[in-house]
Parts: sequence; structure tokens; C-alpha cells
Amino acid sequence: MSEVEAPAAAEDTRTWVEKVKAKQQEDIAAGKYDYTTIEDANLDRAEKNLTEEHIQKVVKKWLATEGGARLKTYVQTCVHCGLCSEACHHYMSNSKDPKYSPVGKVKRTIWKILERDGRLTPAEVHEMSVIASTECNLCRRCLQYCPFGIDIGYLMSSVRRMCHLLGMTPLYIQDTAHSHAATMNQMWVKDDEWIDSLQWQEDEARDEFADIRIPVDKEGAEVYYSVIGPEPKFRTQLIYQAAAIFHNSGVDFTFPANPGWDNSDMCMFTGDFEMMGRIKKYHYESAMKLKAKKIVMGECGHAFRSVYDVGNRWVGWKMPPIPMIHSIQYFSELITEGKLKCREKYPEKVSFHDPCNTVRGRGLHEYGRHVTRVFCQELIEMTPNREYNICCNAGGGVINCGPPFKTKRVMSNEWKAEQLARVADQGVTTIVAPCHNCHGGLDDIIHTYHLPLKLKFLGDIIYEYMDKPEAE
Amino acid sequence: MIDGLYNLASGPLVWLALVLCIGGSFYKFSQMALLARQKDGYVYEYWSWKHALKSAFYWWILPLGSFNARLNPVMAIVTWVFHVCLLVSPIFLLAHVVMFETAWNVGLWPTLPDAAADVMAFAVLVGCIFFLLRRVTLPQVKFVTSGNDFFILAVVALPFLTGVLAYHQVGDYKTWVTLHMLAGELMLALLPFTRLAHAIYALFVRGYTASEFGAVRQIKDW
Ligand code: SF4
Ligand code: SF4
Repeated sequence: MSEVEAPAAAEDTRTWVEKVKAKQQEDIAAGKYDYTTIEDANLDRAEKNLTEEHIQKVVKKWLATEGGARLKTYVQTCVHCGLCSEACHHYMSNSKDPKYSPVGKVKRTIWKILERDGRLTPAEVHEMSVIASTECNLCRRCLQYCPFGIDIGYLMSSVRRMCHLLGMTPLYIQDTAHSHAATMNQMWVKDDEWIDSLQWQEDEARDEFADIRIPVDKEGAEVYYSVIGPEPKFRTQLIYQAAAIFHNSGVDFTFPANPGWDNSDMCMFTGDFEMMGRIKKYHYESAMKLKAKKIVMGECGHAFRSVYDVGNRWVGWKMPPIPMIHSIQYFSELITEGKLKCREKYPEKVSFHDPCNTVRGRGLHEYGRHVTRVFCQELIEMTPNREYNICCNAGGGVINCGPPFKTKRVMSNEWKAEQLARVADQGVTTIVAPCHNCHGGLDDIIHTYHLPLKLKFLGDIIYEYMDKPEAE
Repeated sequence: MIDGLYNLASGPLVWLALVLCIGGSFYKFSQMALLARQKDGYVYEYWSWKHALKSAFYWWILPLGSFNARLNPVMAIVTWVFHVCLLVSPIFLLAHVVMFETAWNVGLWPTLPDAAADVMAFAVLVGCIFFLLRRVTLPQVKFVTSGNDFFILAVVALPFLTGVLAYHQVGDYKTWVTLHMLAGELMLALLPFTRLAHAIYALFVRGYTASEFGAVRQIKDW
């Protein structure tokens, strides 16, 4: 009789997609998709302190002063067709529960606010804050699906604004907004710590490139390079890499010494628009003071949205007052100009994740693919992609709402997990995602579902695989 | 009684309906435009007819021209046929054109063969039934549906239903024609004041989104 192999030793032959789907069923059974018990210290506190009278007074004033034509016309135009539903990862991941559809979320917030003329209970405002801040990434994907192009991201952002005026903002993201107000950066980085981080990275880089400099506050540089608060705080290697790439490509660049260096903007996401305006003004003025030719910003999506599209507008600049480009585009230009060359190609199969804010915020998808194709052996596309990409569910300030909402955030993007699993099943080992928030969101998904994927910035791959003629 | 109603429906109510429809649309439009001037001035700054019209073309004129239409081809085709028939059949129906000609001595535009207009009216009714079924069966549509949505479906269906019945002379012709006129007038009169007003706003909502997407973000929105 031939020996029968013990079933325990049998290899798991399921595809990654099957594994993701099975895990979702387990998670549903384990109650992970029930978000009703989430507590947030600031929301709970605000709920206790608010009264219906005060809420109505504030909401009516907000509607009278800021409730403009866009808000009203969007509501009057929507024909309640539900065609936006299948755009949204929250809806697709939560068993197509209609309350998570884009228009469903408008019903639970804006419609109620208008119907009741602002007469809401504190508990209702609490719920609206949770909906607008943690169930929508302002990713604008639903806008691509709506026959009228109704911008539900704008409506959800308006709800956040209302909640901000009532002090009803989730604790963690409110803390980052406070940090912006106090330090002009997102991570409570002190002024001397910023310069210290730059010098430290310059020191480190000297081991590799003998004459590398990280110029600070240099006037008239070609490139004013800006980063987000988390880079000096805990991703300093990105500063190193950027400096190495610029040095290697002969770029005349500088970092500013003073506040304004941080291009990120959580105030845009909490609805603290006054503060958003201040941050953007600081940022642009810091570049203009240095007479920089242009601003190049690191691989971040939300900051790009703020600097290129939203924040400048609040300050009154229709378009950025000095040229500003995302490094996705800048890297591509350096390659085209022959300044940045690939030494050898990254040998693994990669797939490219388009950050919402760099595709629906500015069609940079082909630049990203250009860089990826030059530096990587094989690019396998995930679908849908480009301007129809699926969001990472971290952006729009959702990841910044912190640990209380983490499980909800990851569960609510099982749809993305399936998409990543599909490329993993095709042999992809590496996801290139040129955005900080996307890294946060995708990292959590990859870990939760144990997907065999690595995450890289374009800069990671360029730094490692570029031709470095003078490196020691 | 029906004669009195007939005279009312074919006389003063036509004017009332037209005044409400055109005046109301103008009023609603200017309200929107003024409010935008006051509070969303940037809408005017970013507005681009080029992008607005291009996006409208891909979304509404070209069948299956948008990404989402290709994902939902049945809904997209039904919607397209429904709207085309809804707009085309009343304007080019021979009976209507003759009426305009005798009343105002104008309207030398071409007419549709009766059989074609009949098919188109049926298509509108089929569209209404399709939308009704979506509303009651698809959870994501049901969740955002209220009495109003059924009401406007009925308001749109009635002129076509009564028109078809009159044309086929099911029962008393004059009764159906009278009801048909009343239903048509009701639809026109309500247009600016109900969800049917999406007809007024659509181009501007779509157009603004398209302007931001096309001109600022340099990406298509269809
Ligand atoms: S903007 Fe994105 S996250 Fe928000 S409702 Fe639309 S698709 Fe969903
Ligand atoms: S697709 Fe547009 S019109 Fe339809 S329900 Fe969604 S937001 Fe409203």
C-alpha cells in the first residue's frame, strides 16, 4: 500500500485571490466588519459638550456663508441612480452595503443636514464626522463614474468642514492639524531638528559620494525640493536618496532652512481651511524668497493635491505662483534629458499603483510608467489603473485618523487586496507606489493578507539601480 | 366636461406650463449662476467650454463613450435611448408640429413618421419601467430612493402613456388627448422645480468637473 501523505503537510494550493476572499469571510465571521464599537476620544468628548441649539446655529451659519452653488447644485442634480456605487472601495469591500456607496454617504450627511436645516443631535454630528473622515478618501473615483460628474469628495470635504467648525474631528488627525498650526509641519519637528536631519543625511551620504552636498537655503537654485513632515521624522533615508539622485544627475537643488519646507497638509483634510491657506502661503513664499526656479516635491500624493490644486486656490492663486512639479514627472524628465541613467534593471516583476492624487489630481500616470519601465525588468499592470485606479484607503486623511480606525480602514479595502492578489498570482513581487499615504495603506493590506509583495517608491528603485559614476 | 377641460388644456394651460417651464428654468439657472458668483467665484475662473463640451460628448452623446457606461452597458444604452426618444419624439411628432403650425404659423421643421414616433414613445415607457425596476430591486438604488423619485418617473411616463393610448385610439380619443395635454403640461411645469431640473444643471455640473479635470488636472473625466 502506498503511503498517503498527511493532509496537514499538503501545500496550500489556493491562489492569492482565493486566500484574500477566504480571509474576508473569516474576518466577517470574527466581527471585524462591525465598526459600531469604535471609540475616538475627541469625537466622544465633542459629542458630550455639544448641544442641538449650538449645532444648529453653527450649521446654519456655515450654510449661509459657505454653502455655495456647488454644494446646492450637486444635491439638486443628483438623480439617485446609484451609478457611483461601484466606484467606491468602501462599498465594494463592505459586501456592497449601500450605506457605504458614495451617494449613500451623501444621503447620510448632506441630505440630512439640508432637510433638517442644521437641526442635528450631537450623536448625529459624531456619525457624520466618522462618515466623512473615515468612510471617504476624497479620492474622486466616484466622480469618474457619475454621469453628471458630481464631486462627492467635495461634498464629504464640506461635511468635514462643518464638523471642524463644531470641534468634531477625530483625535489623531486633529493632532496633526495642531502640529501644523504650531510648527508649520505635520510631525512636531522642531526647527533645529529639521536642519539636523539634513546635515545628518549629508554626513551619511559622504561615505558614498565624496563631494555630495545637501544645500540649505541656497538662493536661486534650479530646484527647491520639498518633503513631508514624516520624512525627517522617520523616513530620513528618502532625503538621502533624493539628494543622491539629484547629486548624481547634476541638479542644482536646495532645501529651505525654515518652516515652509513641509508641503504636507492635514488641515485640508480636517476642514481647517484657514490653516490650510497659511501652510500653503508659507510654503510658496519660502520658495519664492529663495528665488527658486521651481518646486519639486517628493513622492507624496496628498501634499501634491494641496500644493497644486486646493491650497493655492484658497490663498487666491489660480495656478501655482511658481512652477511646481511632482517627482514622478521630474524623474521622468531627468531620464529624458539623459541626466539620470539606469545601471541595471530591477530584476523582479513589478506592478505600478497609481496614487489618486497624482492621476485624478494630475494625469501623471505615463510619467510613472516611463520611469518604471526604464528601471525595471518587467511591468505588469494591475487593473483598473491610471485615472481609474483603486484607492489605497489611506489617503484623504483616513490613515491619519489613527489606530482607532485602523481595522475598519483595512477591512474597507478588501477590494484593493484582491487587486494586489491578482498581480501576486501573476508573479509580481513588488508594488511601486509613488506616494507616502499609499505606502501606509498598501503596507497594512499586504501585512493583513500576508501577500508576498514588497513596496517601493520610485526613488528607492532609482537610487539602487541608477548609474553612479562617482560613487565610492 | 371633457370639452371644457380640453379647451383649458389646449389654451391657457399651455401658456402657464410654458411660462413655468421657461421662466422657472431661467430663474433656477440664474440662481445657480449668481450663487456661484458670490461664493464659488473660482468656478468662473476655471470654466472651460472646450473641456465641458468634450466631456458632455463622451458622456451623453457618444453611446458607451464613458468608462462607467462600458461597465454598465444595459443601463447606459437604456438611458441613452430613453433620453433621445424623450427629447426627439415630442418635438418632431407630426401632430405636434401641425399644432404649432396652426397655432403660431411657425415650425417648418421636419416631422417623424407616426410609426417611428410611436416606437419612440414606447421606448420612453420601457425606459421608465426599467428605471422603476432598478429603483425597487437594486439595493444601492433603493437606499437613496424616496417617494419623489417615483413621482417624477410617473410625471415623465404619463404624457407618453396617454399619447400612445390616444394615438391607438384605445377608448375615447378626446379624453386621452385631453389627459395627454394635461400630463405634458404638468411635466413641463414641474421641470424646474423637481429632480427633472437635472436637465438644467447637467451641463454646468459636468462642465465644471470637466474644466477642473481637463484644464487643471490634465486628465479625462469620462
Ligand atoms: S471619493 Fe472615493 S472614497 Fe469617497 S465616496 Fe467617492 S469613491 Fe468612495
Ligand atoms: S452617480 Fe451621480 S447622479 Fe447617480 S447617484 Fe451617484 S452622485 Fe447621484
